Amino acid sequence: MQLAKVIGRLVATRKYKGLEGIKLLIIQPLDKFQNPIGEPVVAADGTALAGPGDVVFFVGVREAAQALPEKFVPVDHAITGIVDEIDVV
Amino acid sequence: MHIGKVSGTVVATFKDKVFEGRKLLIVDHLTPEGEPTGKYWIAVDDVQAGVGDTVMVIDEGNSARQVVGMDPAPIRAVVVGIVDEIDIEGSD
Repeated sequence: MQLAKVIGRLVATRKYKGLEGIKLLIIQPLDKFQNPIGEPVVAADGTALAGPGDVVFFVGVREAAQALPEKFVPVDHAITGIVDEIDVV
Repeated sequence: MHIGKVSGTVVATFKDKVFEGRKLLIVDHLTPEGEPTGKYWIAVDDVQAGVGDTVMVIDEGNSARQVVGMDPAPIRAVVVGIVDEIDIEGSD
């Protein structure tokens, strides 16, 4: 998993059936010092509680779908937790 | 498996249930010679590792789910060993 900052929301009315009811957020991946790295991506919110401004951690590829109530959906990034505190040496 | 160095911890109240009661570590990826590559993971700790430890990390979902005993679960990176020593042929 990596860190990311939620920078926006995304709404799609017409989408694959398994994606209905899933909150989609735009996240900017971060390095461990919370500097942006790479391009923002669309992620499904597995916590259902994240929102813009939150620092979160997310999981990529095949494991992403398993963060959601419906386990086999076409999702490649999913938020798996909202960060309270990071302690980096 | 990969070699990494634990450089921090992450605390989260709201998270997937697979992470409940488990320590999350920030682990920097290292080359076998011990140089950081710039890549890092937030990994679940299975061996009581701490900041400063050189560790072995798996970054593969099936193995990770086996370690935590939960399937399906959105988990990939797990710290599965603390490295005592690395010997590379041809180096000092």
